[in-house]
Parts: sequence; structure tokens; C-alpha cells
Amino acid sequence: MMNKKIGYGLVLLALLAAPFFLYPILLMKVLCFALFACAFNLLIGYTGLLSFGHAAFFGGAAYATGYALTTLGWPMELGLLAGIVAGGVIGLIVGALAIRRQGIYFTMITLALAQMLYFVCLQAPFTGGEDGLQGVPRGTLLGIVNLSNDLNLYYVVLAIAVGAFALIVRTVHSPFGQVLRAIKENEPRAISLGYDVNRYKLLAFVLSAALAGLAGSTKTLVLGFATLSDVHWSMSGLVVLMVLVGGMGTIIGPIVGAIVIIALENKLGEFGNWMAAVTTIDWFRSIGESVTIVTGFIFIVCVLAFRRGIVGEVLAWAKRPAAH
Amino acid sequence: MEIFGIPLQAFLSQLLLGLVNGSFYAMLSLGLAVIFGLLNVINFAHGALYMMGAFLAWMGLNYFGINYWVMLMAAPLIVGAFGIIIEKTMLRWLYKLDHLYGLLLTFGITLMVEGLFRSFYGSSGQPYSTPELLQGATNLGFMILPNYRAWIVVASLLVCFATWFVIEKTKLGAYLRAGTENPKLVEAFGINVPLMVTLTYGFGVALAAFAGVLAAPVIQVSPLMGSNLIIVVFAVVVIGGMGSIMGSILTGLGLGLIEGLTRVFYPELSATVVFIIMAIVLMFRPAGLFGKEK
Repeated sequence: MMNKKIGYGLVLLALLAAPFFLYPILLMKVLCFALFACAFNLLIGYTGLLSFGHAAFFGGAAYATGYALTTLGWPMELGLLAGIVAGGVIGLIVGALAIRRQGIYFTMITLALAQMLYFVCLQAPFTGGEDGLQGVPRGTLLGIVNLSNDLNLYYVVLAIAVGAFALIVRTVHSPFGQVLRAIKENEPRAISLGYDVNRYKLLAFVLSAALAGLAGSTKTLVLGFATLSDVHWSMSGLVVLMVLVGGMGTIIGPIVGAIVIIALENKLGEFGNWMAAVTTIDWFRSIGESVTIVTGFIFIVCVLAFRRGIVGEVLAWAKRPAAH
Repeated sequence: MEIFGIPLQAFLSQLLLGLVNGSFYAMLSLGLAVIFGLLNVINFAHGALYMMGAFLAWMGLNYFGINYWVMLMAAPLIVGAFGIIIEKTMLRWLYKLDHLYGLLLTFGITLMVEGLFRSFYGSSGQPYSTPELLQGATNLGFMILPNYRAWIVVASLLVCFATWFVIEKTKLGAYLRAGTENPKLVEAFGINVPLMVTLTYGFGVALAAFAGVLAAPVIQVSPLMGSNLIIVVFAVVVIGGMGSIMGSILTGLGLGLIEGLTRVFYPELSATVVFIIMAIVLMFRPAGLFGKEK
């Protein structure tokens, strides 16, 4: 336990110092996606529900925050709140419909409803259509701290991410989280013990959606835009991939997954050029533009050979029985 | 002549367009249902393989001068063989696990196939001309019927009902249905269930490729044509429920028609109407129109 606390402390120190060594915007992007992945993991890892529609909450919140800050001119704090509420409300609607079916149908319903929101965002008058919402102002924190400075914004984003992470850890270890786990392990038994399973599922769904919304809002704040790609199904796929790579049902797995995938997206062009130089196959140079081939490949490898993910494998290795 | 203030010709041609879309929904959801019945896998790659069918037709014509009719037979065979490889090398290892891994694997395959086609052909559509025999239109008196669109509806209905007939009325279909109910028992009777599973997957994706070739002349052949369609087909599958073959066919056609009607009366809603119907069905009949509550 002591070791764990020291570990978290060291990570926090590293995060506080990180913007002096690495590009702050990239770091903030990683934090947003780590938060998104953690929110998603709350559902897949601890409740056993695979949602393929988390882009709806992420992107819906991104649009809500963008609209609140740009068109309505709300302060930054209210803009974020609008995003959380948007994520939660969309989550409530999608969740209430999706939990009426189980297993693979649940996944298809979340995917279909998220696609519906995509079409709504494509056509609605306030989302800017194909262009999305551009030039979203960052504003100030409590009217004092100027957030157009990247460093200032970084610490705000860090505080949001750490706060949300603490909330997720707390939820997982709470009695509520234990019931969720019981549902994941054996739903009929949870029902026979008298738990209203659907209410727990819905609550977990809304919580996950609201946190995904917070991630989307923060992303809008950092990058200054909300576009259709935020609500597209490939965004849902991306967060599934992050959690799969990092390790479903582990606390820090999604964070590791988010770091790996974002780093991969950023470095893929260089990797492709290197591969082209080594193998003299020119086609590899185009790999930077076609990230989907590589993400698809990672999906396949993870599902076939690597289902516990990075953190899951490490944990399994650490817990392995002694050699003799 | 007008119906609700809309010229009859426009009304009927939208209805036909709806029926054409419905034919694609029917063929794809039928394939999904057959695969899910035996493999318990939701084949996300269905859309990508449909796209592959269309691209094979386009490639056959542009690179080798092979005409539409040959490709209409050849593309499903090639894609079916590709599907058999997928099943043999990858899907096979996932049957004992949670269903969601099958979905994730086929999602990965979708990304790879789409990404590969996009890296070679870009995102824009490639035109594919209608075969000579079916060019032009027939004047039926009350409407002008484009021959090719009529052919799509006829061909897909033929294929769908042939599939229904084989599964519901023949001995082979009886094995298949028995395998869906209780694979262990069927295997104990000396039937090679793993082979049946492989062939079923091959057949299901061949059906998708057939739909892809049919679609090539009416929509631009593009790497993204599949994933745009497959999500709507998922909604169709949720609405119909995957329990019944005839149910899949009827739901697909019906929803295509409803979509066509929406395009006439309230075009803004035409992209979302299927999802709205799905939400309504979930509220009142969660198991789907033809599904059985378990």
C-alpha cells in the first residue's frame, strides 16, 4: 500500500514537471484521452458492458462546450459543466435504451445511437456542419488566470484529469463499484441477491458518459475546436483500442493505452519512413497517412494474443506462481 | 397525378430507391444473422467485405476487362475464400471467449481492409458503369423504371429467398439450424460442425460481396461505402432480431421502404429514421420484431 502511494506521488511529480520537457499541447491531449479511456474502462472493465458509442458522449460534450464558449460566450467553468451535463444526458438516453438488451446487442445499439448523433451533428444548425466549431476561446480560470498560456492550461487540465481519476478509483473501490463487479462476474446471481441490476448499469453508464463528456470538453478547450471526427464511430473505436492495449479492468491500463496510442499516432510517419528506408519498400512512407491500417493490426493482435493488455500482462507476470 | 402533393413519378422513384436500399439491408442483415446464428460472432467486417466485393468488380473491369456478370459470380467466391481464411486463422480461436472479442477482431479487420484500400485508392469514389444489358429505363405507363434498379431488387430477392429456402426447407439447412441450437449434439451425430462453421462464414461474407457488386453501378465505389452502411444494418438487425431468416429479409426491405418514404415527406430525417425506429422498437419490444425473448 505504501509502495502504491509512493508510486502515485512520483507519477504526480513527473506530471507536474513534464511540460518543461515535453510539448504541453501533446501532454494535454494525452491527459484528455487518458481520462476518456478511464471513463470507458469504468464500463467495460468494471461493469462488463462494451459500449461502441462513447464518441457520442465525448463529441457531444465537445460540441456543447464549444457552443457554450463560442456562441453563448459563457465562462470556461460553465462551458466545461455544459459538456459534462451534455455527456451525462446523452448517456442517460443511450444507456436507458441500450440496457434493454444484453451482450452483443447492447454494443450494436450504442453504436447505432452514436451514429444517429453523428448525423444530427452533421445537419444541425449550431454545429458548423463539416467545418465543426473552430476557434473556441480558452478564457480564464475564475476570471484571474489566463488560460491562453499553454503552461497555465496544462495545470488546469492536469487538475481535472487527476480529480476525475481519483473519482474513478474511488467509485471502483466503493460498495457501488463492488456491485458493478458482481454484475460483471455473474449477473443472474447479482439479481438473485436482490440488486436492481438495470439501475446499477444505468448509473455506471451515465457516470462513464459524463466523465467521457468531461474529457471531450477539456479536449475542445485544449485544441480549440470540436469537429465531426469527435462524434464519429472511429473515435469510439479508438477509445476501445486504448483500453484494450492498456488492459481492461485495470486502474492504470487505460492511461498506458492512451499514451501508447497517441504516441503511435504522432510517431507513425517517422516509423513508416524508417521502415521504407530499411526495407526499400516505398509504400511504407504512406503509412503515416493511413493510421487505420496500423490500429486495425494492433486490434487484431491484441484480441488474438494479448487480451489482458500491457498492464494486465505485467500484473499477471508479477502475480505468477513462484518457479519452484 | 399526385399523392399528398407529391408528383406520382417522384413518389414512386423514391419508393423504388427505398426498395433498392432495403434490398441491401436485407442481404447484409441476412448474412449477419446466418453468421451470428452459428458462430455467435457479430461480423463487423461485413461492411468492409461488401466494399471489397464492389472494389473487386471495379478492379476486374478496369485492370482485366472482366465484365459485370462474371464478377457478379467471381467476387463473392473470392471474398468467400478470404472469409474462410479469416475464419480458419483468426475467428476460430475466439469461439470460447466472450462474444465481444469476435466483434473487436472483425472491427480490427475492418480498419485494416478499409485502410489498405484507402491507401491505394484514396477516399473518393470510383465510377462503375451499368452493364449494357441493363442500361436505360422502361416506361411502365405510371412511372419510368430504371432497369438496373429493378434488377437489384429482383436479384437480391432471388438470393434472399434462395437462402431462406436452403436454410428452412433442405436437409443441409436442417443441419445448420440444428448446429445453431446445439452444436455438440450435432457433432455427436457425425456431422463436421467446424467445417459447417467455416463454410457458413464464407457464405455469409460472399453474400455481402454479392451485394457489393450489385451496388457498384448505383453508388460510387469507395473504401468507406461499407462502414457507412454496416451501422445502419446493425440497427436493422436490432429492430428485426436475429432469430429468424425471413424476419431479417422482411425487416431489411421494410426499413428501406420507410427510409424512402421519409425521403419524400421529411428529407431531413431520412439519415436518422432507422435509428429512431430502433429506439422505438427497443422501448416497446426489446427483443426485436421477430426476435424471441430468451
